[in-house]
Amino acid sequence: MPFVPHTEDEVREMLATIGVNSVDDLFAEISADMRPKSFDIPEGLSEMEVLSKLEALAAKNATDSVSFLGAGFYDHYIPAAVDALTMRGEFYTAYTPYQPEASQGTLQAIFEYQTAVTRLLGMECANASVYDGGTALYEATMMAVRKTRRRKIVVSEGLNPIYRVMLGSYTTNLDVDLVTVPHKDGQTDLAGLKNALDDSTAAVLVQNPNFFGSINDLTELFAAAKAVKAVSIMSVYPVLQTLLKTPGEMGADIAVAEGQSLGMPLSFGGPYLGIMTCTKEMVRQLPGRIVGRTTDTEGRTGYVLTLQAREQHIRRQRATSNICSNQSLCALRALVHMCALGEMGLKRAARVSMERAHICAERLTAIPGVEMLTKGTFGNEFAVTLPVNAFEAIDKLAERGYIPGFPLGRYFEGLENGLLVACTEKTSEEQIGIFAEMLRGALK
Amino acid sequence: MIPEDLLYAKTHEWVMIEDDVATVGITQFAQEQLGDLTFVELPEVGDTFEAGAEMGSVESVKAASEIYAPVSGEVIEVNTELEDAPEKVNEEPYGAGWMLKFRIKGAPEGLLNAEGYAAVVESEAH
Repeated sequence: MPFVPHTEDEVREMLATIGVNSVDDLFAEISADMRPKSFDIPEGLSEMEVLSKLEALAAKNATDSVSFLGAGFYDHYIPAAVDALTMRGEFYTAYTPYQPEASQGTLQAIFEYQTAVTRLLGMECANASVYDGGTALYEATMMAVRKTRRRKIVVSEGLNPIYRVMLGSYTTNLDVDLVTVPHKDGQTDLAGLKNALDDSTAAVLVQNPNFFGSINDLTELFAAAKAVKAVSIMSVYPVLQTLLKTPGEMGADIAVAEGQSLGMPLSFGGPYLGIMTCTKEMVRQLPGRIVGRTTDTEGRTGYVLTLQAREQHIRRQRATSNICSNQSLCALRALVHMCALGEMGLKRAARVSMERAHICAERLTAIPGVEMLTKGTFGNEFAVTLPVNAFEAIDKLAERGYIPGFPLGRYFEGLENGLLVACTEKTSEEQIGIFAEMLRGALK
Repeated sequence: MIPEDLLYAKTHEWVMIEDDVATVGITQFAQEQLGDLTFVELPEVGDTFEAGAEMGSVESVKAASEIYAPVSGEVIEVNTELEDAPEKVNEEPYGAGWMLKFRIKGAPEGLLNAEGYAAVVESEAH
């Protein structure tokens, strides 16, 4: 079969059937000045030429840098089993099959994924995933709006600014008021958030650890939200959940996460994984697919999509979301990753990442002029203020193969000297030492 | 089959009016069409509706549909037992499966008697 959509003969045949002479005639309705003059597409190339062109482009990427970039996306070690298993042809399909009579394996994998993420976050229910952490946060917000029939959303500025931008953009044309409570020198303003709650509040949105890396107990805030019948939504970093108090333990109604750190490589921003979990009480508002376990008429275990009545193909106009396609292959990767590491392995990855970050913080703050911005407890990420603009420092070190972190000034006015630094179990103490010395040199 | 002492909306809700209070549920025909109910979503006490407005939904194993307010008024009581036992609507749509009570505002309009509703069922059943 040729790799062309249709041959010249077929084109002629189609045009004859319609009753026009040429493709230009087909578009005669559109006046000439409205049509593109040229598509500016170069002539075709051979496979070998394309390959060498792409290789030349790929070679421009700095692939061997040592990176301290986090800001919501982390370079954790991915066991070889994750690729080996998830790249099997049975899983590598273009579309996720859901027919229960034919897809027990796919459905069981999703069910196991749901079980794993609910356990990780200490919640009762999960869906089969959505696009990414930001989309999950938006969907969670809309769950709260539907449930409470209110429109005020209290947003902590400690939430990842990328998610806040997404939330703003998704809700631009919706009847929703986003009320942002500013951070206080990198700390989530718990009192400010509490004060912003009232009986018109649909939800309070917080992140733990917050964008600056600081860890909070949000139990009291969530209790205050419950008192005004607002929904508590918490965004978390899944790897650290093995060590921290979970959203469930803090009393969150909905917990979401970017699942990238559970076995997804950092590949220019995706495909990633939006984890969505909630309490049983909220499950009817949960968008997307949910797989349930049941028994057939002969008592055998079977897996099926459940709570279908809220789904797009039954009440299209009433669907709880129309952007809730799941990330089945990524969800499978997360499941295999969690299974390969096990509870102890996940805890160990989290602990080592934290230890490295604390060593890194100590080394960096020993440099004159470098101060901790993150106060109190932090995990594998923290913010410092430099005596110079962080963008400049990043440029200097990046030239030498070290990416020092994320410049806070990109999203936070007044924090132009702020640098967000992340470590994982892949960050060696030697690399931390070199980074600290390079930064010391750059600041002289 | 269709109780004579009730009034009906074309959208398959039944209404029993006593003074200014209307008790509302869905009909035998509606529950049969839906099949085994799995969830009933109802408004809260204090919510007000105009007749014909959507006020909740019912989900069954095979479908979901909206419930419309058959009269205008304020919700004064909700059958909270349906939260845990939606099957009551299947078992006794005109009894234990009642859904909510309204304090009626203005005179009910456009409701059918049993005979009128039987004609609606007749036309939809074919």
